[in-house]
Amino acid sequence: MAAPSGRVGVPAWIFVPAAAGAAFVLLPLAAIVLRTPWSRFLDLLVSPASVEALLLSLRTSGTSTLLCVLFGVPMALVLARTTFRGQGVLRSLVLLPLVLPPVVGGIALLYTFGRRGLLGETFEVLGIQVAFSTTAVVLAQTFVALPFLVVSLEGALRTAGQRYEVVAATLGARPTTVFRRVTLPLVLPGLVSGAVLAFARSLGEFGATITFAGSLQGVTRTLPLEIYLRRETDAQAAVALSLVLVVVAILVIGFARQGRSSL
Amino acid sequence: MTFHYDAAVADRGVDLTFDIAPGRTLALLGPNGAGKSTALAVAAGLLRPDTGRVVLDGRPLTVTGHDERDVLVAPYDRQVSLLAQEPLLFPHLSLLDNVAFGPRSRGAGRAGSRTVARRWLGEVGIAELADRRPAQVSGGQAQRAAVARALAADPRLLLLDEPMAALDVAVTPALRQTLRRVLADRTVLLVTHDALDALLLADEVAVIEDGRIVDQGETAQVLAQPRSRFTAQIAGLNMITGTWRDGAVLTPAGLRIEGRPDGPVPRTGDPAVAVFPPRAVSVFLDDPGGSPRNALRVTITHLEPQGGQIRVRTEELSADVTPQAAAELDLAPGSAAYFVVKATEIAVYAT
Repeated sequence: MAAPSGRVGVPAWIFVPAAAGAAFVLLPLAAIVLRTPWSRFLDLLVSPASVEALLLSLRTSGTSTLLCVLFGVPMALVLARTTFRGQGVLRSLVLLPLVLPPVVGGIALLYTFGRRGLLGETFEVLGIQVAFSTTAVVLAQTFVALPFLVVSLEGALRTAGQRYEVVAATLGARPTTVFRRVTLPLVLPGLVSGAVLAFARSLGEFGATITFAGSLQGVTRTLPLEIYLRRETDAQAAVALSLVLVVVAILVIGFARQGRSSL
Repeated sequence: MTFHYDAAVADRGVDLTFDIAPGRTLALLGPNGAGKSTALAVAAGLLRPDTGRVVLDGRPLTVTGHDERDVLVAPYDRQVSLLAQEPLLFPHLSLLDNVAFGPRSRGAGRAGSRTVARRWLGEVGIAELADRRPAQVSGGQAQRAAVARALAADPRLLLLDEPMAALDVAVTPALRQTLRRVLADRTVLLVTHDALDALLLADEVAVIEDGRIVDQGETAQVLAQPRSRFTAQIAGLNMITGTWRDGAVLTPAGLRIEGRPDGPVPRTGDPAVAVFPPRAVSVFLDDPGGSPRNALRVTITHLEPQGGQIRVRTEELSADVTPQAAAELDLAPGSAAYFVVKATEIAVYAT
């Protein structure tokens, strides 16, 4: 049954802490806008180091989002549509990067893919050095962003349920056809919002990147790293670049909301 | 060449055995929770029974707990289509592409499957809605499209799960007529709790109570002469068959039953059935006269309590009266009486 229309309202005093909380979130954003050196804004943005950092960020975040989709979609499907022993534990572990401090993630990656790492020697034999390369940036970003996509998509899959898939199967569709023509289109909004969240998380990645990939201009120095470094030498430039990331974040929230509302 | 079903699912307490001859429709009739949906799930390959054998046209689809090797053919490979209570049309596809889904999945090309789909949309009377999305059509139209989709997949067996239950009562008679037409030569397993669906769509009926078949046979016979009290409870419909003439059903015995046609009006001379529930019947000792009433002279054969009422049974009909009325009228097996039904309480269907 639908709830009857109309509301009972909330106690009046609740608006005070609510407004304080909102101000706490919004004021720092206003501070960035107010402190942005608008006269030098464009110059700061198009400085070679900034452009390089921005392009590197977009490139690596795009790549890691793609990797998140490639691996996250199958992971979400396995978690949502199958049952096996230890599934609950596996789900928790897969989601661990959500709550793990990124710097710890960076260290973990270093001891996996680094020169002395678990798989490092294997890569070394193949002539690939992962740590402190652009590849390392992508790996760090994928590591922290993957759970966002998996969580978002698994939720969408569970909400969509299996009834359409059952009907498709009884109409003669093989599992791959069901996946391609029914499952994916049904959860597309969830997938898009998951991918957008993953992209945003990749774009903002700092801790794991600086630990695992370092900070080499043009190679591993993404926008957040550039902002952090600039802060010491040219605070105004750091503010200007920060504003860029704020704008990107606002766009991302808009996209993610759109994806969700069309569910 | 037939559908054979024999399966037990222990944790749901369901153990059913039945056969459906080619081109026939069997209705599993029973209340919710009796095990009807379990049977559908096993037939569709969605549920593995603890022991069982399901064979369609000589091909084992499910075999478990027997001497031979276990078999569980995947749902997509069974040629068994499922039409559920809700249409479940794929929301991202047009009605045309929904109906074309089955043929495409079975390997037909895009153009070829759309041709098939158009034909089926026409068959269920919604050809003009081909390009609409499911969200843009009514519930009845969506269910018609779902019927077309299930049939376009060219199943050897069609499973119908309460196909009318989720629909507005205003549109059920017309859809029922369409189903009667398109299901005529198909092998169908229909699951329903509505005796009327069974009467109008099924050749045979199996009544399920607590996971077991308690009554089985030709539909009209099972419903008209329930052998178990349970069947009488859920089926318990009065049905008088005859031909349609001048706004009434004329029986071979010469009785004239006035009623209102539900769905299309039958043509004069067409076979028709007048259906009314026992509670619509009043019992009198003398013919009360007066129109628009139908007064049927009957001889009472049984009296039995049923849900706080007394069910008065004759060879073919039954009526529910209060215990007080039964006592006042002094009804007893063998006594003569009149069953009186208002014409507005009688639904007439073309058969």
